[in-house]
Amino acid sequence: MSQARHSITRSVAAHAILITYTLIALFPVFVIVINSFKARKAIFRSPLELPNAETFSLIGYETALKQGDFLLYFQNSLIVTVVSLALVLLFGAMAAFALAEYRFRGNLLMGLYLALGIMIPIRLGTVAILQLMVATGLVNTLTALILVYTAQGLPLAIFILSEFMRGISDDLKNAGRIDGLSEYRIFARLVLPLVRPAMATVAVFTMIPIWNDLWFPLILAPAEHTKTITLGSQVFIGQFVTNWNAVLAALSLAILPVLVLYLIFSRQLIRGITAGAVK
Amino acid sequence: MNGETHKRPTRWHIAVFLAPAVLVYTAIMILPLFGTLQLALFKEIDKELVFVGIDNFKTLFGDPRWSESFWNALRNNTWFFVVHMLVQNPIGILLAALLSSPKLRMAAYYRTAIFIPTILSFVIVGFAWKLILSPLWGVAPTLLDAVGLKSLFAPYLGKEEYALTTLSLISVWQFVGIPMMLIYAALLSIPDEILEAAECDGITGMAQFWRIKLPLILPSIGIISVLTFVGNFNAFDLIYTAQGALAGPNFSTDVLGTFLYRTFFGFQLQLGDPNMGSAIATAMFVIILCGVCIYLFGIQTRLRRYQF
Repeated sequence: MSQARHSITRSVAAHAILITYTLIALFPVFVIVINSFKARKAIFRSPLELPNAETFSLIGYETALKQGDFLLYFQNSLIVTVVSLALVLLFGAMAAFALAEYRFRGNLLMGLYLALGIMIPIRLGTVAILQLMVATGLVNTLTALILVYTAQGLPLAIFILSEFMRGISDDLKNAGRIDGLSEYRIFARLVLPLVRPAMATVAVFTMIPIWNDLWFPLILAPAEHTKTITLGSQVFIGQFVTNWNAVLAALSLAILPVLVLYLIFSRQLIRGITAGAVK
Repeated sequence: MNGETHKRPTRWHIAVFLAPAVLVYTAIMILPLFGTLQLALFKEIDKELVFVGIDNFKTLFGDPRWSESFWNALRNNTWFFVVHMLVQNPIGILLAALLSSPKLRMAAYYRTAIFIPTILSFVIVGFAWKLILSPLWGVAPTLLDAVGLKSLFAPYLGKEEYALTTLSLISVWQFVGIPMMLIYAALLSIPDEILEAAECDGITGMAQFWRIKLPLILPSIGIISVLTFVGNFNAFDLIYTAQGALAGPNFSTDVLGTFLYRTFFGFQLQLGDPNMGSAIATAMFVIILCGVCIYLFGIQTRLRRYQF
Protein backbone atom coordinates (compact mmCIF):
# COMPACT_ATOMS: atom_id res chain seq x y z
CA MET A 1 0.00 0.00 0.00
CA SER A 2 2.63 2.48 1.00
CA GLN A 3 4.63 1.36 -2.02
CA ALA A 4 1.72 2.26 -4.29
CA ARG A 5 1.20 5.67 -2.70
CA HIS A 6 4.89 6.31 -2.94
CA SER A 7 4.90 5.61 -6.64
CA ILE A 8 1.86 7.85 -7.22
CA THR A 9 3.60 10.73 -5.47
CA ARG A 10 6.64 10.09 -7.61
CA SER A 11 4.74 10.07 -10.86
CA VAL A 12 2.87 13.26 -9.91
CA ALA A 13 6.21 14.90 -9.18
CA ALA A 14 7.61 13.69 -12.49
CA HIS A 15 4.63 15.09 -14.39
CA ALA A 16 4.85 18.37 -12.50
CA ILE A 17 8.51 18.84 -13.44
CA LEU A 18 7.91 17.88 -17.07
CA ILE A 19 4.85 20.12 -17.42
CA THR A 20 6.73 23.05 -15.89
CA TYR A 21 9.58 22.59 -18.30
CA THR A 22 7.25 22.13 -21.26
CA LEU A 23 5.63 25.47 -20.38
CA ILE A 24 9.03 27.14 -20.17
CA ALA A 25 9.96 25.68 -23.56
CA LEU A 26 6.77 26.68 -25.32
CA PHE A 27 5.89 29.97 -23.63
CA PRO A 28 8.09 32.35 -25.70
CA VAL A 29 6.95 30.80 -28.98
CA PHE A 30 3.34 31.04 -27.84
CA VAL A 31 3.65 34.70 -26.82
CA ILE A 32 5.26 35.68 -30.13
CA VAL A 33 2.71 33.87 -32.28
CA ILE A 34 -0.44 35.09 -30.49
CA ASN A 35 0.75 38.68 -30.41
CA SER A 36 1.55 38.67 -34.11
CA PHE A 37 -2.20 38.47 -34.74
CA LYS A 38 -3.06 41.51 -32.63
CA ALA A 39 -3.36 45.22 -33.22
CA ARG A 40 -0.58 47.37 -31.86
CA LYS A 41 -2.46 48.67 -28.84
CA ALA A 42 -3.47 45.20 -27.70
CA ILE A 43 0.10 43.95 -27.98
CA PHE A 44 1.11 46.36 -25.28
CA ARG A 45 -2.05 46.49 -23.19
CA SER A 46 -2.56 42.76 -22.73
CA PRO A 47 0.38 40.81 -24.13
CA LEU A 48 -0.72 37.51 -22.61
CA GLU A 49 -4.28 37.40 -23.93
CA LEU A 50 -5.35 35.50 -26.99
CA PRO A 51 -6.44 37.68 -29.90
CA ASN A 52 -10.22 38.21 -29.94
CA ALA A 53 -12.59 39.80 -32.43
CA GLU A 54 -11.74 43.24 -31.14
CA THR A 55 -7.95 42.98 -31.09
CA PHE A 56 -7.41 40.70 -34.08
CA SER A 57 -5.37 42.28 -36.84
CA LEU A 58 -3.16 41.13 -39.70
CA ILE A 59 -1.44 44.47 -40.17
CA GLY A 60 1.94 43.03 -39.16
CA TYR A 61 1.76 40.30 -41.78
CA GLU A 62 0.76 42.83 -44.42
CA THR A 63 3.79 44.99 -43.66
CA ALA A 64 6.14 42.03 -43.49
CA LEU A 65 4.98 40.51 -46.77
CA LYS A 66 4.98 43.86 -48.53
CA GLN A 67 8.37 45.05 -47.32
CA GLY A 68 10.40 41.89 -47.05
CA ASP A 69 10.62 39.33 -49.79
CA PHE A 70 9.92 36.42 -47.47
CA LEU A 71 8.79 34.10 -50.21
CA LEU A 72 12.14 34.49 -51.97
CA TYR A 73 14.09 34.08 -48.70
CA PHE A 74 12.12 30.98 -47.94
CA GLN A 75 12.78 29.58 -51.39
CA ASN A 76 16.52 30.28 -51.04
CA SER A 77 16.64 28.53 -47.68
CA LEU A 78 14.73 25.60 -49.09
CA ILE A 79 17.05 25.22 -52.11
CA VAL A 80 20.20 25.51 -50.00
CA THR A 81 18.98 23.07 -47.36
CA VAL A 82 17.54 20.45 -49.70
CA VAL A 83 20.47 20.41 -52.13
CA SER A 84 23.14 20.36 -49.39
CA LEU A 85 21.23 17.66 -47.55
CA ALA A 86 20.98 15.52 -50.68
CA LEU A 87 24.68 15.94 -51.40
CA VAL A 88 25.68 15.18 -47.80
CA LEU A 89 23.55 12.03 -47.76
CA LEU A 90 24.72 10.79 -51.17
CA PHE A 91 28.44 11.60 -50.86
CA GLY A 92 28.45 10.66 -47.18
CA ALA A 93 26.84 7.28 -47.81
CA MET A 94 29.22 6.54 -50.67
CA ALA A 95 32.31 7.37 -48.64
CA ALA A 96 30.95 5.54 -45.59
CA PHE A 97 30.34 2.46 -47.76
CA ALA A 98 33.90 2.53 -49.06
CA LEU A 99 35.27 2.83 -45.52
CA ALA A 100 33.02 0.19 -44.02
CA GLU A 101 33.07 -2.36 -46.84
CA TYR A 102 36.54 -2.53 -48.32
CA ARG A 103 39.89 -3.19 -46.79
CA PHE A 104 42.45 -1.06 -48.55
CA ARG A 105 45.67 0.62 -47.61
CA GLY A 106 45.04 3.87 -45.76
CA ASN A 107 41.48 2.97 -44.77
CA LEU A 108 41.97 3.84 -41.10
CA LEU A 109 43.88 6.99 -41.93
CA MET A 110 41.18 8.11 -44.37
CA GLY A 111 38.54 7.49 -41.69
CA LEU A 112 40.44 9.62 -39.19
CA TYR A 113 41.02 12.34 -41.77
CA LEU A 114 37.32 12.53 -42.56
CA ALA A 115 36.41 12.47 -38.86
CA LEU A 116 38.61 15.48 -38.11
CA GLY A 117 35.82 17.81 -39.20
CA ILE A 118 33.47 16.57 -36.46
CA MET A 119 35.52 18.30 -33.80
CA ILE A 120 36.96 21.28 -35.71
CA PRO A 121 34.26 23.76 -36.72
CA ILE A 122 34.38 24.86 -40.36
CA ARG A 123 33.83 28.48 -39.27
CA LEU A 124 37.47 28.79 -38.30
CA GLY A 125 38.35 28.60 -41.99
CA THR A 126 36.00 31.45 -42.90
CA VAL A 127 38.71 33.92 -43.90
CA ALA A 128 40.18 31.55 -46.47
CA ILE A 129 36.76 30.27 -47.57
CA LEU A 130 35.73 33.83 -48.40
CA GLN A 131 38.93 34.35 -50.38
CA LEU A 132 38.29 31.09 -52.23
CA MET A 133 34.73 32.12 -53.08
CA VAL A 134 35.88 35.57 -54.23
CA ALA A 135 38.53 33.96 -56.42
CA THR A 136 36.06 31.57 -58.02
CA GLY A 137 33.36 34.22 -58.38
CA LEU A 138 30.92 32.34 -56.16
CA VAL A 139 30.26 35.13 -53.67
CA ASN A 140 26.56 35.93 -53.44
CA THR A 141 25.49 32.68 -55.01
CA LEU A 142 23.58 29.86 -53.40
CA THR A 143 26.25 27.49 -54.75
CA ALA A 144 28.77 28.90 -52.28
CA LEU A 145 26.44 28.12 -49.38
CA ILE A 146 25.64 24.66 -50.71
CA LEU A 147 29.34 23.79 -51.03
CA VAL A 148 30.15 25.02 -47.53
CA TYR A 149 27.23 23.19 -45.93
CA THR A 150 28.03 20.00 -47.82
CA ALA A 151 31.58 20.08 -46.49
CA GLN A 152 30.28 20.92 -43.01
CA GLY A 153 27.81 18.03 -42.92
CA LEU A 154 30.00 15.29 -44.41
CA PRO A 155 32.23 14.34 -41.44
CA LEU A 156 29.39 13.48 -39.05
CA ALA A 157 27.40 11.80 -41.82
CA ILE A 158 30.31 9.56 -42.80
CA PHE A 159 31.02 8.71 -39.17
CA ILE A 160 27.45 7.71 -38.30
CA LEU A 161 26.71 5.94 -41.58
CA SER A 162 29.91 3.88 -41.60
CA GLU A 163 29.14 2.69 -38.05
CA PHE A 164 25.78 1.48 -39.30
CA MET A 165 27.10 -0.06 -42.50
CA ARG A 166 29.57 -2.20 -40.57
CA GLY A 167 26.56 -3.90 -39.02
CA ILE A 168 25.10 -5.12 -42.33
CA SER A 169 25.58 -8.82 -42.90
CA ASP A 170 28.31 -9.84 -45.34
CA ASP A 171 26.29 -12.84 -46.51
CA LEU A 172 23.71 -10.60 -48.09
CA LYS A 173 26.28 -8.61 -50.02
CA ASN A 174 28.17 -11.73 -51.07
CA ALA A 175 24.93 -13.27 -52.29
CA GLY A 176 24.47 -10.15 -54.42
CA ARG A 177 27.99 -10.53 -55.77
CA ILE A 178 27.37 -14.15 -56.70
CA ASP A 179 24.25 -13.02 -58.54
CA GLY A 180 26.46 -10.76 -60.59
CA LEU A 181 25.55 -7.38 -59.13
CA SER A 182 28.23 -4.74 -59.54
CA GLU A 183 29.63 -3.01 -56.46
CA TYR A 184 27.61 0.10 -57.35
CA ARG A 185 24.39 -1.90 -57.48
CA ILE A 186 25.16 -3.59 -54.19
CA PHE A 187 25.54 -0.14 -52.67
CA ALA A 188 22.41 1.31 -54.25
CA ARG A 189 20.07 -1.69 -54.11
CA LEU A 190 21.13 -3.60 -51.00
CA VAL A 191 22.93 -1.31 -48.60
CA LEU A 192 21.15 2.03 -49.00
CA PRO A 193 17.66 0.71 -48.18
CA LEU A 194 19.03 -1.00 -45.08
CA VAL A 195 20.58 2.13 -43.61
CA ARG A 196 17.50 4.28 -44.10
CA PRO A 197 16.94 4.83 -40.34
CA ALA A 198 20.53 6.04 -39.96
CA MET A 199 20.04 8.31 -42.97
CA ALA A 200 17.07 9.90 -41.17
CA THR A 201 19.23 10.61 -38.12
CA VAL A 202 21.95 12.12 -40.26
CA ALA A 203 19.38 14.16 -42.18
CA VAL A 204 18.08 15.74 -38.98
CA PHE A 205 21.51 16.51 -37.56
CA THR A 206 22.57 18.01 -40.88
CA MET A 207 19.42 19.95 -41.66
CA ILE A 208 18.82 21.95 -38.47
CA PRO A 209 22.19 23.75 -38.39
CA ILE A 210 22.00 24.53 -42.13
CA TRP A 211 18.51 25.98 -41.96
CA ASN A 212 19.35 28.05 -38.90
CA ASP A 213 22.82 29.25 -39.85
CA LEU A 214 23.42 32.98 -39.86
CA TRP A 215 27.22 33.14 -40.14
CA PHE A 216 27.81 31.92 -43.70
CA PRO A 217 24.81 33.65 -45.35
CA LEU A 218 25.96 36.87 -43.65
CA ILE A 219 29.50 36.50 -44.96
CA LEU A 220 29.21 34.62 -48.25
CA ALA A 221 25.81 35.55 -49.62
CA PRO A 222 24.39 38.75 -48.12
CA ALA A 223 22.92 40.01 -51.42
CA GLU A 224 19.19 40.62 -51.58
CA HIS A 225 18.51 37.82 -54.06
CA THR A 226 20.46 35.17 -52.12
CA LYS A 227 19.34 35.93 -48.57
CA THR A 228 18.18 32.90 -46.63
CA ILE A 229 15.17 33.13 -44.36
CA THR A 230 17.41 33.33 -41.28
CA LEU A 231 19.43 36.25 -42.63
CA GLY A 232 16.36 37.81 -44.25
CA SER A 233 14.39 37.92 -41.03
CA GLN A 234 17.46 39.15 -39.16
CA VAL A 235 17.89 42.09 -41.52
CA PHE A 236 14.17 42.78 -41.72
CA ILE A 237 13.77 42.84 -37.96
CA GLY A 238 16.80 45.09 -37.64
CA GLN A 239 15.18 47.62 -39.97
CA PHE A 240 11.70 47.46 -38.49
CA VAL A 241 12.78 47.27 -34.90
CA THR A 242 10.18 49.78 -33.70
CA ASN A 243 7.33 48.35 -35.72
CA TRP A 244 6.27 45.67 -33.28
CA ASN A 245 3.51 44.28 -35.47
CA ALA A 246 5.89 43.71 -38.35
CA VAL A 247 8.61 42.24 -36.14
CA LEU A 248 6.25 39.80 -34.44
CA ALA A 249 4.76 38.81 -37.79
CA ALA A 250 8.21 38.26 -39.31
CA LEU A 251 9.21 36.09 -36.35
CA SER A 252 6.02 34.05 -36.67
CA LEU A 253 6.60 33.66 -40.40
CA ALA A 254 10.03 32.25 -39.63
CA ILE A 255 8.74 29.98 -36.84
CA LEU A 256 5.62 28.49 -38.38
CA PRO A 257 7.00 26.57 -41.40
CA VAL A 258 9.71 24.94 -39.30
CA LEU A 259 7.23 24.17 -36.56
CA VAL A 260 4.76 22.53 -38.95
CA LEU A 261 7.50 20.45 -40.58
CA TYR A 262 8.79 19.43 -37.17
CA LEU A 263 5.37 18.38 -35.90
CA ILE A 264 4.82 16.27 -39.02
CA PHE A 265 8.20 14.56 -38.81
CA SER A 266 8.81 14.61 -35.06
CA ARG A 267 8.07 10.92 -34.64
CA GLN A 268 10.61 9.82 -37.26
CA LEU A 269 13.04 12.41 -36.00
CA ILE A 270 12.95 11.23 -32.42
CA ARG A 271 13.03 7.60 -33.46
CA GLY A 272 16.07 8.41 -35.57
CA ILE A 273 17.89 10.13 -32.73
CA THR A 274 17.12 7.42 -30.21
CA ALA A 275 17.98 4.65 -32.68
CA GLY A 276 21.36 4.47 -31.05
CA ALA A 277 23.49 6.58 -33.33
CA VAL A 278 25.36 8.02 -30.36
CA LYS A 279 25.97 5.58 -27.54
CA MET B 1 35.28 -8.89 -45.34
CA ASN B 2 35.44 -9.51 -49.05
CA GLY B 3 37.65 -12.03 -50.64
CA GLU B 4 37.99 -10.64 -54.10
CA THR B 5 41.14 -8.65 -53.66
CA HIS B 6 43.05 -11.15 -55.72
CA LYS B 7 40.61 -10.91 -58.62
CA ARG B 8 40.84 -7.23 -59.42
CA PRO B 9 44.19 -5.56 -58.85
CA THR B 10 42.83 -1.99 -59.04
CA ARG B 11 39.49 -1.57 -57.42
CA TRP B 12 38.37 1.67 -59.04
CA HIS B 13 35.00 1.62 -57.33
CA ILE B 14 36.63 2.41 -53.98
CA ALA B 15 38.05 5.59 -55.46
CA VAL B 16 34.72 6.42 -57.09
CA PHE B 17 32.89 5.97 -53.78
CA LEU B 18 35.38 8.10 -51.86
CA ALA B 19 36.15 10.81 -54.40
CA PRO B 20 33.19 13.22 -54.13
CA ALA B 21 33.22 13.40 -50.34
CA VAL B 22 36.98 13.66 -50.07
CA LEU B 23 37.18 16.34 -52.76
CA VAL B 24 34.48 18.60 -51.33
CA TYR B 25 35.68 18.10 -47.77
CA THR B 26 39.31 18.79 -48.64
CA ALA B 27 38.64 21.77 -50.88
CA ILE B 28 36.08 23.57 -48.72
CA MET B 29 37.06 22.55 -45.23
CA ILE B 30 40.61 21.32 -44.77
CA LEU B 31 42.44 23.59 -47.21
CA PRO B 32 40.71 26.79 -46.02
CA LEU B 33 41.38 25.77 -42.43
CA PHE B 34 45.09 25.53 -43.14
CA GLY B 35 44.86 28.56 -45.41
CA THR B 36 43.55 30.52 -42.45
CA LEU B 37 46.33 29.28 -40.20
CA GLN B 38 48.77 30.35 -42.88
CA LEU B 39 47.18 33.79 -43.39
CA ALA B 40 47.73 34.45 -39.71
CA LEU B 41 51.47 34.58 -40.43
CA PHE B 42 51.13 37.34 -43.05
CA LYS B 43 50.33 41.00 -42.96
CA GLU B 44 49.27 43.51 -45.56
CA ILE B 45 51.87 46.24 -45.82
CA ASP B 46 51.44 48.76 -48.66
CA LYS B 47 48.90 46.51 -50.37
CA GLU B 48 51.28 43.59 -50.44
CA LEU B 49 51.14 40.47 -48.35
CA VAL B 50 54.34 40.18 -46.39
CA PHE B 51 55.40 37.23 -44.29
CA VAL B 52 55.71 38.48 -40.73
CA GLY B 53 56.00 35.23 -38.77
CA ILE B 54 54.32 35.42 -35.39
CA ASP B 55 54.01 39.23 -35.39
CA ASN B 56 50.22 39.08 -35.56
CA PHE B 57 50.18 36.93 -32.45
CA LYS B 58 52.59 39.28 -30.73
CA THR B 59 50.12 42.08 -31.47
CA LEU B 60 47.17 39.98 -30.34
CA PHE B 61 48.71 39.07 -27.01
CA GLY B 62 51.18 41.93 -26.53
CA ASP B 63 49.34 45.08 -27.60
CA PRO B 64 47.06 46.02 -24.69
CA ARG B 65 44.24 47.16 -27.04
CA TRP B 66 44.09 43.74 -28.66
CA SER B 67 44.97 41.56 -25.72
CA GLU B 68 42.37 43.16 -23.47
CA SER B 69 39.62 42.43 -25.99
CA PHE B 70 40.93 38.91 -26.51
CA TRP B 71 41.08 38.00 -22.82
CA ASN B 72 37.71 39.63 -22.26
CA ALA B 73 36.20 37.52 -25.05
CA LEU B 74 37.89 34.37 -23.77
CA ARG B 75 36.71 35.03 -20.20
CA ASN B 76 33.14 35.62 -21.38
CA ASN B 77 33.29 32.53 -23.54
CA THR B 78 34.46 30.44 -20.60
CA TRP B 79 31.61 31.70 -18.45
CA PHE B 80 29.20 30.97 -21.31
CA PHE B 81 30.50 27.38 -21.33
CA VAL B 82 30.39 27.03 -17.52
CA VAL B 83 26.73 28.10 -17.44
CA HIS B 84 25.92 25.49 -20.09
CA MET B 85 27.70 22.75 -18.18
CA LEU B 86 26.09 23.68 -14.86
CA VAL B 87 22.56 24.33 -16.10
CA GLN B 88 21.94 22.78 -19.50
CA ASN B 89 23.42 19.34 -18.95
CA PRO B 90 21.96 18.66 -15.46
CA ILE B 91 18.50 19.78 -16.66
CA GLY B 92 18.92 17.61 -19.76
CA ILE B 93 19.84 14.59 -17.63
CA LEU B 94 16.96 15.21 -15.22
CA LEU B 95 14.42 15.47 -18.05
CA ALA B 96 15.82 12.38 -19.78
CA ALA B 97 15.72 10.39 -16.54
CA LEU B 98 12.08 11.36 -15.98
CA LEU B 99 11.12 10.63 -19.59
CA SER B 100 12.78 7.24 -19.64
CA SER B 101 10.78 5.82 -16.74
CA PRO B 102 8.71 3.09 -18.38
CA LYS B 103 5.38 3.86 -16.72
CA LEU B 104 5.30 7.54 -17.64
CA ARG B 105 2.32 8.54 -19.74
CA MET B 106 2.41 11.18 -22.48
CA ALA B 107 6.19 10.90 -22.71
CA ALA B 108 6.04 11.42 -26.49
CA TYR B 109 4.26 14.77 -26.06
CA TYR B 110 6.77 16.07 -23.54
CA ARG B 111 9.65 14.99 -25.74
CA THR B 112 8.20 16.72 -28.80
CA ALA B 113 7.44 19.94 -26.93
CA ILE B 114 10.74 20.23 -25.09
CA PHE B 115 12.68 19.74 -28.33
CA ILE B 116 10.85 22.59 -30.13
CA PRO B 117 13.23 25.43 -29.12
CA THR B 118 16.17 23.45 -30.50
CA ILE B 119 14.77 23.50 -34.04
CA LEU B 120 14.28 27.29 -34.03
CA SER B 121 16.97 29.53 -35.42
CA PHE B 122 19.11 31.82 -33.27
CA VAL B 123 17.53 34.80 -34.94
CA ILE B 124 14.09 33.80 -33.75
CA VAL B 125 15.30 32.84 -30.30
CA GLY B 126 17.39 35.98 -29.88
CA PHE B 127 14.66 38.38 -30.92
CA ALA B 128 11.86 36.53 -29.16
CA TRP B 129 13.68 36.72 -25.84
CA LYS B 130 14.77 40.28 -26.49
CA LEU B 131 11.12 41.25 -26.89
CA ILE B 132 10.01 39.22 -23.88
CA LEU B 133 12.68 40.66 -21.62
CA SER B 134 12.18 44.17 -22.96
CA PRO B 135 11.05 46.63 -20.29
CA LEU B 136 9.01 48.36 -23.02
CA TRP B 137 6.73 45.43 -23.60
CA GLY B 138 6.29 44.20 -20.09
CA VAL B 139 5.71 40.48 -20.54
CA ALA B 140 8.51 39.60 -18.13
CA PRO B 141 7.48 42.09 -15.40
CA THR B 142 3.84 40.96 -15.66
CA LEU B 143 4.89 37.34 -15.24
CA LEU B 144 7.22 38.05 -12.34
CA ASP B 145 4.43 40.07 -10.73
CA ALA B 146 2.14 37.06 -11.00
CA VAL B 147 4.50 35.02 -8.81
CA GLY B 148 5.19 37.98 -6.53
CA LEU B 149 8.74 38.61 -7.65
CA LYS B 150 8.30 41.86 -9.52
CA SER B 151 11.14 43.47 -7.60
CA LEU B 152 13.53 41.06 -9.30
CA PHE B 153 12.89 42.50 -12.74
CA ALA B 154 15.69 44.39 -14.43
CA PRO B 155 16.50 45.04 -18.08
CA TYR B 156 18.60 41.88 -18.01
CA LEU B 157 20.04 42.21 -21.51
CA GLY B 158 20.95 45.85 -21.01
CA LYS B 159 22.95 45.59 -17.79
CA GLU B 160 26.60 44.73 -17.98
CA GLU B 161 26.50 42.45 -14.97
CA TYR B 162 23.54 40.33 -16.11
CA ALA B 163 23.68 40.38 -19.91
CA LEU B 164 26.10 37.52 -20.45
CA THR B 165 24.44 35.19 -17.95
CA THR B 166 21.04 36.01 -19.43
CA LEU B 167 22.27 35.16 -22.92
CA SER B 168 23.82 31.94 -21.66
CA LEU B 169 20.51 30.95 -20.09
CA ILE B 170 18.66 31.76 -23.32
CA SER B 171 21.08 29.49 -25.16
CA VAL B 172 20.52 26.81 -22.50
CA TRP B 173 16.77 27.18 -23.02
CA GLN B 174 17.28 26.61 -26.72
CA PHE B 175 19.62 23.64 -26.59
CA VAL B 176 18.50 21.63 -23.58
CA GLY B 177 16.77 19.29 -26.03
CA ILE B 178 20.06 17.91 -27.32
CA PRO B 179 21.51 16.52 -24.06
CA MET B 180 18.01 15.38 -23.18
CA MET B 181 17.67 13.32 -26.37
CA LEU B 182 21.18 11.84 -26.28
CA ILE B 183 20.92 10.86 -22.60
CA TYR B 184 17.44 9.54 -23.22
CA ALA B 185 18.80 7.31 -26.00
CA ALA B 186 21.59 6.12 -23.70
CA LEU B 187 19.16 5.35 -20.86
CA LEU B 188 16.90 3.36 -23.18
CA SER B 189 19.84 1.24 -24.28
CA ILE B 190 20.50 -0.05 -20.73
CA PRO B 191 19.33 -3.67 -20.75
CA ASP B 192 16.35 -4.55 -18.57
CA GLU B 193 18.20 -7.46 -16.96
CA ILE B 194 20.60 -5.09 -15.25
CA LEU B 195 17.76 -3.02 -13.82
CA GLU B 196 15.88 -6.15 -12.75
CA ALA B 197 18.98 -7.46 -11.04
CA ALA B 198 19.30 -4.14 -9.24
CA GLU B 199 15.68 -4.34 -8.14
CA CYS B 200 16.24 -7.83 -6.78
CA ASP B 201 19.03 -6.39 -4.68
CA GLY B 202 16.64 -3.73 -3.41
CA ILE B 203 18.16 -0.84 -5.35
CA THR B 204 15.26 1.21 -6.71
CA GLY B 205 14.25 4.79 -7.47
CA MET B 206 16.85 7.45 -6.84
CA ALA B 207 19.45 5.01 -5.60
CA GLN B 208 19.06 3.03 -8.81
CA PHE B 209 19.63 6.17 -10.85
CA TRP B 210 22.74 7.26 -8.96
CA ARG B 211 24.34 3.85 -8.54
CA ILE B 212 23.37 1.95 -11.69
CA LYS B 213 22.22 4.22 -14.48
CA LEU B 214 24.50 7.23 -14.01
CA PRO B 215 27.74 5.23 -14.23
CA LEU B 216 26.42 3.56 -17.37
CA ILE B 217 25.63 6.82 -19.15
CA LEU B 218 28.90 8.57 -18.21
CA PRO B 219 30.38 8.07 -21.71
CA SER B 220 27.35 9.84 -23.21
CA ILE B 221 27.74 12.69 -20.73
CA GLY B 222 31.38 12.93 -21.82
CA ILE B 223 30.42 13.22 -25.49
CA ILE B 224 27.78 15.83 -24.67
CA SER B 225 30.30 17.86 -22.70
CA VAL B 226 32.77 17.96 -25.55
CA LEU B 227 30.01 18.80 -28.06
CA THR B 228 28.90 21.62 -25.75
CA PHE B 229 32.49 22.82 -25.52
CA VAL B 230 33.02 22.92 -29.29
CA GLY B 231 29.61 24.55 -29.84
CA ASN B 232 30.13 27.19 -27.16
CA PHE B 233 33.61 28.25 -28.24
CA ASN B 234 32.20 28.60 -31.72
CA ALA B 235 29.12 30.60 -30.67
CA PHE B 236 28.27 33.74 -32.57
CA ASP B 237 24.73 33.84 -33.91
CA LEU B 238 22.76 34.33 -30.72
CA ILE B 239 24.96 37.13 -29.44
CA TYR B 240 25.06 38.81 -32.84
CA THR B 241 21.27 38.79 -33.12
CA ALA B 242 20.52 39.84 -29.57
CA GLN B 243 23.32 42.35 -28.97
CA GLY B 244 24.78 43.16 -32.40
CA ALA B 245 28.38 42.83 -33.56
CA LEU B 246 29.56 45.12 -30.76
CA ALA B 247 28.35 42.60 -28.18
CA GLY B 248 27.09 45.27 -25.84
CA PRO B 249 26.61 46.64 -23.30
CA ASN B 250 30.25 47.72 -23.32
CA PHE B 251 31.54 44.39 -24.75
CA SER B 252 30.23 42.52 -21.72
CA THR B 253 28.81 39.77 -23.95
CA ASP B 254 31.70 39.61 -26.40
CA VAL B 255 32.77 36.04 -27.15
CA LEU B 256 35.50 34.76 -29.46
CA GLY B 257 33.06 34.40 -32.38
CA THR B 258 31.89 38.03 -32.28
CA PHE B 259 35.46 39.23 -31.71
CA LEU B 260 36.56 37.30 -34.80
CA TYR B 261 33.69 38.73 -36.84
CA ARG B 262 34.45 42.32 -35.80
CA THR B 263 38.14 41.97 -36.50
CA PHE B 264 37.65 40.26 -39.83
CA PHE B 265 34.95 42.59 -41.16
CA GLY B 266 35.64 45.74 -39.24
CA PHE B 267 33.08 47.85 -37.45
CA GLN B 268 32.39 51.55 -37.14
CA LEU B 269 35.75 53.27 -37.66
CA GLN B 270 38.00 50.25 -37.58
CA LEU B 271 38.71 48.58 -40.91
CA GLY B 272 38.46 44.85 -41.35
CA ASP B 273 41.71 42.96 -41.08
CA PRO B 274 41.71 39.42 -42.52
CA ASN B 275 45.15 38.63 -41.15
CA MET B 276 44.36 39.59 -37.56
CA GLY B 277 41.08 37.74 -38.06
CA SER B 278 43.05 34.68 -39.07
CA ALA B 279 45.24 35.06 -35.99
CA ILE B 280 42.12 35.02 -33.79
CA ALA B 281 40.73 32.04 -35.69
CA THR B 282 44.04 30.26 -35.11
CA ALA B 283 43.85 31.00 -31.39
CA MET B 284 40.30 29.59 -31.35
CA PHE B 285 41.54 26.56 -33.26
CA VAL B 286 44.20 25.92 -30.63
CA ILE B 287 41.71 26.38 -27.78
CA ILE B 288 39.20 23.98 -29.31
CA LEU B 289 41.91 21.47 -30.18
CA CYS B 290 43.18 21.57 -26.57
CA GLY B 291 39.68 20.99 -25.23
CA VAL B 292 39.07 18.08 -27.59
CA CYS B 293 42.47 16.54 -26.76
CA ILE B 294 41.86 16.85 -23.02
CA TYR B 295 38.61 14.99 -23.58
CA LEU B 296 40.05 12.32 -25.88
CA PHE B 297 43.18 11.53 -23.88
CA GLY B 298 42.35 12.68 -20.38
CA ILE B 299 38.72 11.72 -19.94
CA GLN B 300 37.56 9.28 -22.57
CA THR B 301 40.35 6.77 -21.98
CA ARG B 302 39.62 6.74 -18.24
CA LEU B 303 35.90 6.23 -18.57
CA ARG B 304 34.98 2.67 -17.83
CA ARG B 305 32.90 1.21 -20.64
CA TYR B 306 30.52 -1.61 -20.07
CA GLN B 307 29.57 -4.10 -22.72
CA PHE B 308 26.19 -5.66 -22.51
